[in-house]
Amino acid sequence: MDSPYRVLGPDGRAIGALPTFAKDVDELTKLYRAMVLTRTFDTKAIALQRTGRLGTYASSLGQEAVSVGVAAAMQLSDVLLPSFREHGAQLWRGVTLEELLLYWGGDERGNAFTGPREDFPNCVPVGSHAPHAVGVALAFRLRNEARAAVCIFGDGATSKGDVAEALNLAGVWKAPVVFVVNNNRWAISIPVAKQTAAPTLAQKAFAAGIPGSQVDGNDVIAVRATLERALERARAGAGPSMIEALTYRLSDHTTADDASRYRSDEDVSKHWAEEPILRLRSYLFALRAWDKEREEALLLSCGQDVERAAAAYLDSELQPAAAMFEHTYAELPTDLVEQQTGAVSYLRGL
Amino acid sequence: MPIEVLMPALSPTMERGNLAKWLKKEGDTVKSGDVIAEIETDKATMEVEAVDEGTLGRILVPEGTIDVAVNTPIAMILSAGEDAASLKSARPTVRTPQTAPTVAARADESHPPAALRVAVPDEPDLPAGVEMVTMTVREALRDAMAEEMRRDPNVFVMGEEVAEYQGAYKVTQGLLQEFGARRVIDTPITEQGFAGVGIGAAMAGLKPVVEFMTFNFAMQAMDQIINSAAKTRYMSGGQMTTSVVFRGPNGPAARVAAQHSQDFTAWYSHIPGLKVIAPYTAADAKGLLKSAIRDSNPVIFIENEILYGQSFPVPKLDDFLVPIGKAKIVRSGNDVTLVAWSVGMTYALKAADELAKDNISAEVIDLRTLRPMDVNTILESVKKTGRIVTIEEGWRQSGVGAEIAAQVVEHAFDWLDAPVLRVTGKDVPMPYAANLEKLTMPSVADVVAAAKAVCYR
Repeated sequence: MDSPYRVLGPDGRAIGALPTFAKDVDELTKLYRAMVLTRTFDTKAIALQRTGRLGTYASSLGQEAVSVGVAAAMQLSDVLLPSFREHGAQLWRGVTLEELLLYWGGDERGNAFTGPREDFPNCVPVGSHAPHAVGVALAFRLRNEARAAVCIFGDGATSKGDVAEALNLAGVWKAPVVFVVNNNRWAISIPVAKQTAAPTLAQKAFAAGIPGSQVDGNDVIAVRATLERALERARAGAGPSMIEALTYRLSDHTTADDASRYRSDEDVSKHWAEEPILRLRSYLFALRAWDKEREEALLLSCGQDVERAAAAYLDSELQPAAAMFEHTYAELPTDLVEQQTGAVSYLRGL
Repeated sequence: MPIEVLMPALSPTMERGNLAKWLKKEGDTVKSGDVIAEIETDKATMEVEAVDEGTLGRILVPEGTIDVAVNTPIAMILSAGEDAASLKSARPTVRTPQTAPTVAARADESHPPAALRVAVPDEPDLPAGVEMVTMTVREALRDAMAEEMRRDPNVFVMGEEVAEYQGAYKVTQGLLQEFGARRVIDTPITEQGFAGVGIGAAMAGLKPVVEFMTFNFAMQAMDQIINSAAKTRYMSGGQMTTSVVFRGPNGPAARVAAQHSQDFTAWYSHIPGLKVIAPYTAADAKGLLKSAIRDSNPVIFIENEILYGQSFPVPKLDDFLVPIGKAKIVRSGNDVTLVAWSVGMTYALKAADELAKDNISAEVIDLRTLRPMDVNTILESVKKTGRIVTIEEGWRQSGVGAEIAAQVVEHAFDWLDAPVLRVTGKDVPMPYAANLEKLTMPSVADVVAAAKAVCYR
């Protein structure tokens, strides 16, 4: 397999030809802003969790370029099927900061997006959304729509049967779907070397007759460019593909994890030198398209947006008891109406 | 003595087949192993071999004959020195073609003359004087899918062998020809995968009908069915709709052993977010499958291999729907309530006939939908009879009968004159041995005994 596609080196210097969109500085600053907003959100979410005001949260620290690059390549009419670490992609697609906090705070109203109504909620069981993506793609095909489904999962998911079955089906049916492996090198405490003997994860696509390739997942330009090609191909009816984005999980698996117990600080700090936000900032600085003032203004505005959303989230009313029965079915069956009535009157009596 | 060649069975549940072609003619010499005829069934074409050396003395069933019953003599073979005159004293072959006595026997024993009694279902919305057409459950299911596919371009069918092969049990017969390969989709052997594809397609606005070749294989897809199909509407705050039907045969078939002969009804009925339907008659199969396809929730539609070939009257209506979640009192009675669904109804109805001979009047309820369960119809019946027996082929512990018993005890305890009894399969993996298999299954005699026990007779 070719070495991972890369446009910017870790030091932020361009080492490859720029794709068209990357010649437009405004496009690049949009990507940059989105990554910074994602990281600001991440920091706040962890702070809320550490102070008992948010549930278990999965950080995307260091992986922002995968999330943002994938979403930026998509059209709004495409459908995103994310796993649980793609806050950057969800924000880009129009899920609000407050909805994300509601969701991670344990309130499923946060999954009823006001924005991308056809996008899927986070897949938490690991990889079980891969067949769904093929189903979405099948729906596009049956309705003759030039759209594509994008399914993001982690390195660990590539060991699962549902992912293998989805790849196989997508290959057989030439489904308009793009699978993205967000390879952050860790599945909780299991490094990729213990996950598979395959030298790359992208090659798992080959057995399904699907093109697979690697991209530097810390290079948002490369991620977006790779995804754009894959999506064009899918929408044009030329079939699915799988892209392995190589990045690194700089944070714990979730707030319920302490990664220092199974990996050394030295290992992690090496990867800080490759992280995506600094990389693009260095490039923009060198182009004189970015400066200290703009950076400070951006941090301030991201901080304000996130604080506003956090305040609204913390201010939101808890769901009433009756809500636990809602959305179990399209219409509540009689036996559940009885249980709902019982639960409500019980609480009223307390 | 001349040897009879019998109509062979290809599968345990095959009861009839077509005699497609004779490859030998009368007077031809045949030796053991010679292919003498071709048989077609709904599943495949098979060759009939001669079992002994001799001369093909007489062809009893000409080629082109359809619906020849298994074990019917189709030809006589004369041994050396015999002539046509000796044909009168024919004896059966020693190597009897493989048949499935248990299935056939079981199906026969409990085969419902009930089919006739259920004649006109008591659906309140059925117009008076509507014409009834006799059709098999298999045909009713096919018609339900075809009608819904004509009505709504979002409906499509997917599964193993559903298109080219017309369904492993021929339930999707003709659908590929009418609707094409885009809407009748053969899948690789990938239950988890295609169940998930169905769910994803449903969430993207289609209405998939996903066939499991049998529900034994749906175990591969349990995570998809329970964690994705049943829960995503809930977990997405109502954003996602999963209007998908998972259907296929469930329950003990015959002579297919522990891993391919089992009843999962109770598993699905346990899961919030799913609707679970298990019809008995062809009319209910049709009306309920149409309702299931239109329903906005994931529906587990449980069929039964033994019932596929059974015929029932079905109302001839352009759009015959049976509501999900409504039980039906199929036979009124005063002394004991028998509750069953799917193939369990064959035991219940036969037992009701037997009980009538002893002046015990049984009320028979066809539950039809397991979730949401029409508990009220059961309770009203128990309040009248004071006694209840549940019937299912599934295992006893935590079976559907256990839920019914609990509901009755909770809500009609004061009306009960006897403990609730359950007739179920034995709590063992299905034996392969025919004699043990039969003992594992509930029987009409079990139902009669249970009903008499609760009546203290």
